Amino acid sequence: MRVPVSWLRAYCSPELDTFAIGERLAMTGIELERVETHGVSALEHFVVGKVLEAHRHPDADRLTVCQVDTGDDAPSQIVCGAWNVAAGQTVAVGKPGSVMPDGTRLKTAKLRGEPSAGMILAEDEVAIGIDHDGIMVLDDALAAGTPLAEVLPIADEVLVLEVTPNRPDELGVYGVAREVHAATGAPLAPAPWEDPAAPDLGSAGDLSGHATVEVQTDRCLRFTARAFKNVTVGQSPAWLKARLSAAGMRPISNVVDVTNYVMLLTGQPLHAFDLDKVAGHALTVRAATAGEPMQTLDGQTRTLDPEMVLIADREGPTSIAGVMGGARSEVSSETTRVLLEVATWDGANVHRTSLRLGLRSEASGRNEKGLQPEQAMHAQIVATRLMVEVCGATVVPGTIDIGGEGPPPQVIRLRDARITGLLGLEIPRPRVAEILSALQFGTTDAVDGLDVSVPAFRRGDITREADLIEEVARLGALQDLPATLPPRRGAAGALTPRQRLARAAADALVAQGLFEIIGWSFEGPELAARLGLQGTPHVMLRNPMSAEQSRMRTTVLGSLLDVAQRNRSRGATALALFEAGAVYLPLDGDPAGRETAEPQHLGALLSGPVRPGSWRDQTPPDADFFAVKGVLAGLLGAAGVPWELRPFAAQTLPAPPFLHPGRSAEVIIGDERAGWIGELHPSIAGQWDLEDAVAAFEIDLDVVAGHVAPAGYRDVTSYPEVREDLAVVVAETVPAATVVATALQAGRPLLVGAEVFDVYRDAERVGDGHVSLALRLRYRASDRTLTDEEVAGRRKRIVKALSAQLEGRVRDS
Amino acid sequence: MSEITDTIAQIESEAAVAIATASSTEALEEVRVRFLGRKAQLPNLLRGVAQLPPQERGAVGKAANQARQGLEAAISAREGDLAASELQARLASDRIDVTLPGDPAPRLGRLHLLTRTRREIEDIFIGMGFSVAEGPEIETVYYNFDALNSAPTHPARLETDTFYLEDGLDPFDHLAPSARLLRTQTSPVQIRTMQAGPPPVYTIAPGRTYRPDSDATHTPQFTQVEGLAVDEGVTLADLQGTLLHFARAIFGPEREVRLRPHFFPFTEPSVEVDVSCFNCQRGIVTDGGRCPICKGTAWLEILGAGMVDPNVLAHGGPAYDPEQVSGFAFGMGIERIAMLKHGIPDLRLFYDNDLRFLEQV
Repeated sequence: MRVPVSWLRAYCSPELDTFAIGERLAMTGIELERVETHGVSALEHFVVGKVLEAHRHPDADRLTVCQVDTGDDAPSQIVCGAWNVAAGQTVAVGKPGSVMPDGTRLKTAKLRGEPSAGMILAEDEVAIGIDHDGIMVLDDALAAGTPLAEVLPIADEVLVLEVTPNRPDELGVYGVAREVHAATGAPLAPAPWEDPAAPDLGSAGDLSGHATVEVQTDRCLRFTARAFKNVTVGQSPAWLKARLSAAGMRPISNVVDVTNYVMLLTGQPLHAFDLDKVAGHALTVRAATAGEPMQTLDGQTRTLDPEMVLIADREGPTSIAGVMGGARSEVSSETTRVLLEVATWDGANVHRTSLRLGLRSEASGRNEKGLQPEQAMHAQIVATRLMVEVCGATVVPGTIDIGGEGPPPQVIRLRDARITGLLGLEIPRPRVAEILSALQFGTTDAVDGLDVSVPAFRRGDITREADLIEEVARLGALQDLPATLPPRRGAAGALTPRQRLARAAADALVAQGLFEIIGWSFEGPELAARLGLQGTPHVMLRNPMSAEQSRMRTTVLGSLLDVAQRNRSRGATALALFEAGAVYLPLDGDPAGRETAEPQHLGALLSGPVRPGSWRDQTPPDADFFAVKGVLAGLLGAAGVPWELRPFAAQTLPAPPFLHPGRSAEVIIGDERAGWIGELHPSIAGQWDLEDAVAAFEIDLDVVAGHVAPAGYRDVTSYPEVREDLAVVVAETVPAATVVATALQAGRPLLVGAEVFDVYRDAERVGDGHVSLALRLRYRASDRTLTDEEVAGRRKRIVKALSAQLEGRVRDS
Repeated sequence: MSEITDTIAQIESEAAVAIATASSTEALEEVRVRFLGRKAQLPNLLRGVAQLPPQERGAVGKAANQARQGLEAAISAREGDLAASELQARLASDRIDVTLPGDPAPRLGRLHLLTRTRREIEDIFIGMGFSVAEGPEIETVYYNFDALNSAPTHPARLETDTFYLEDGLDPFDHLAPSARLLRTQTSPVQIRTMQAGPPPVYTIAPGRTYRPDSDATHTPQFTQVEGLAVDEGVTLADLQGTLLHFARAIFGPEREVRLRPHFFPFTEPSVEVDVSCFNCQRGIVTDGGRCPICKGTAWLEILGAGMVDPNVLAHGGPAYDPEQVSGFAFGMGIERIAMLKHGIPDLRLFYDNDLRFLEQV
């Protein structure tokens, strides 16, 4: 909402500068976006001038060299390009030093060799209107040197306000003036529709013989119309054009300008029909029929539906109610009779129509907020006077008024205790009454508070006690509000175990050198194709911003790869990234399904050197499967869950297509499938320009959460541990995990640990197709120091079990 | 007998010379072998004592033993000296260039700034007795708009402001309560929290949120924290006190907050909350220029808040009778808090995930 300050001050003019008014409004509920200067500045350089002489420029046919009396000692020479400049005219002059609306400062210049000290001004050059058809010719009674700002509205300030959607009453200058009055205490002039000095020039009663209106839908709450004859369509006066321009609307013609001006003043849209083009002089307000076409003022043909309301004459639709008029009955330069419609519509319905037609206008933007029926007559009264004064019209007696005013004012009890209870601050009842009166609420004393009656212009916004308390708070309480803390009965702040797990998991990855990234929850259709996951169901967006963000991700691998690629291209060699976040899955596999799941995933990606190189470790190894497995082990160890990797098998459990089939596995937590780990398939990684190995995992944190068990205590300090090494040769097909598990099983209960510390292959010494695994065995009892004999006995059983179950043979060390 | 003792004396003197002239521990070891080794003369003499006539045994044995002990002591002493000087020589030649770089520290990772800011906010409110709740990011029109008292015509429902799911519904129908969308705010968690149990409720709800918007100050995905407190006798002053505590914990103990009236559908009264700028005095920085963070206004808008609207409480169920309980709610952008605190100029940096940025902040 753009409010020209000179216009605002016509109704309420506090002794504050424009910025201070804006600040005050900001502290009471209307946000100030900015203060703009409209028109020119450096006003002392703008004066009235008299053209003493005017001669054609010796070197340019279209230029005139003028001698202009600007009230100074000697006339100034000004070169002018306007067709209509002539000696003897009284004109508007911008002298050197003038600052034009676009910020340029005029200087003495030479035009085709002739010096020119400033400009003779056209209307558009001072932002009064858009007319550039010649210079402005002023009243000859004005003396040369008269400051131009005293004669023409060439400069104004504009408050650009952000009006919240609950306050359609502030979409008009007078509504803002009411608010300024309440916020500053400065006196408020009577509303222009209630001003005793400017009574209504129209009259009630029948308009028959001139126009008839029939309303066939309850979506029109009120329909008013007045008729005018002897209308002279032309330009509006400068003051009117200047106000429209400053408020951000283009002056068009006096009749249209009047409707826009009144809308800007009252907040109520109006529409002027050329009465002679209204077929049958009869309007019908009705629902559109399905598929009914209609040509709007912007020249487009719109297709309507039965939920939309239109205004039709005998030849068909002529306006889309509350949104836009039609081309057929538009006011033109030939118009002499005008039918002025001002109506109140069902806001939600206007909103829907405007949305479906993709048609937004100043009118629909106001109508859709739900205006009050009283506003319609207010606008009619102000417009009637201006039609007479600005367009020379004669008012046709009578007013069509269907629907009438809204319901009588609601009276709401506002309890003193409730104000204190909600705000935490006691406000004396007289002060409450004072605030509400300034906002034009009626108040009468009641037993426990005030009975407050709501003015019509606030009917849509104020319906409950809490709404009134907000009014009191914003104008009278916020500055004095104490800072207290709530009672917090029974409040005990703590993270849940699940939330603590999420933090511990992220911390465990950070401790291992990984950087957290936050990727998009969206992905594009090409991601699934690149990962070989075509056909995976996705949750789809109806109105994505782009194809790359058109569906919800089902994996965090996409964002990890994107971020890896971006950083690699920017020179990062070592990549260690993770992301924790939801993925979004249609539950029944049907994209249109109603149920979705949002499991929280945790994904990590390593590529490049596992540690920073140095002068004595120049080529540290690149990340691979075992590097990322170590990270996973650190993570799951911190979480405290039992886990294992299950190798993928081509027949029974094929690896996802984006993984290296031989260097990947399924992550099993407890007995649940929790995700995958592995090196990416080289051809997949290559699509993200990652040429070296990319090792990654992705697990479902919700599965992890289901298996967290607190670690139990065992005595590991009272008696020493006995360690010994054992090298065992087994067939390559026997997984190391099986060897370890067999040893642990056989060594129970004294064997408490068995870790592989060397893996050795040598066809001659170990045997073809075989591998030697060196195990570090750790024995312990919690109640005694173990004897050599006890340990030797266990070892024997371990060796026997490895031999019997795995055909393993112990190598001599 | 004197022959033997002479021999011993001679051995002693030869050994003394050899020990004294041994120039290294290795040479000394040779000396030791020569005089005390298995095949050396002195030990042989000692072994031969038994064959001597009894009257000689005592004297010879004693002399040989003394000689051996003397030699051992001398060797040991000499060995100590030699070892010390050898160590000294070795250390003297073992010089490194201490100015070469040390081994790089094991690389530490880092949480994303948004996560650290989120945790910081969570911890402040946990300290005030709030719990942390989460809610789905795919929401319904009911939870994201209707139950939050949003008017059917509220512009936030438009497709220009809300991502809707492709689910075969009329694309203009923003009113079907079950129509699904990506939540535009964390506020739906207010309703879900109230529906999950009776008051009192003291909860914050952080999480991802979505709106179709993209420029330096908007990304289609962003992060909010919602706050909700419903109890007997919760007031707007309590909201101010709670947020004052929060602002001071985040931005420093000197901060003040101010409430400016505003409009949100789900609160009544509604306010926007500003915190006094931490970077300047009344909008002016120390060199006299205009503060770039608050743009000279001395205040930073950090969040929207208000007293929970009675219509919203009604969606919590009968236990949330507005005559019995009242509450406040607030919602803030985690990105905004992080940007203000760290002077980050462009929201998109958070989602670009450039390692140079992630390492820096």
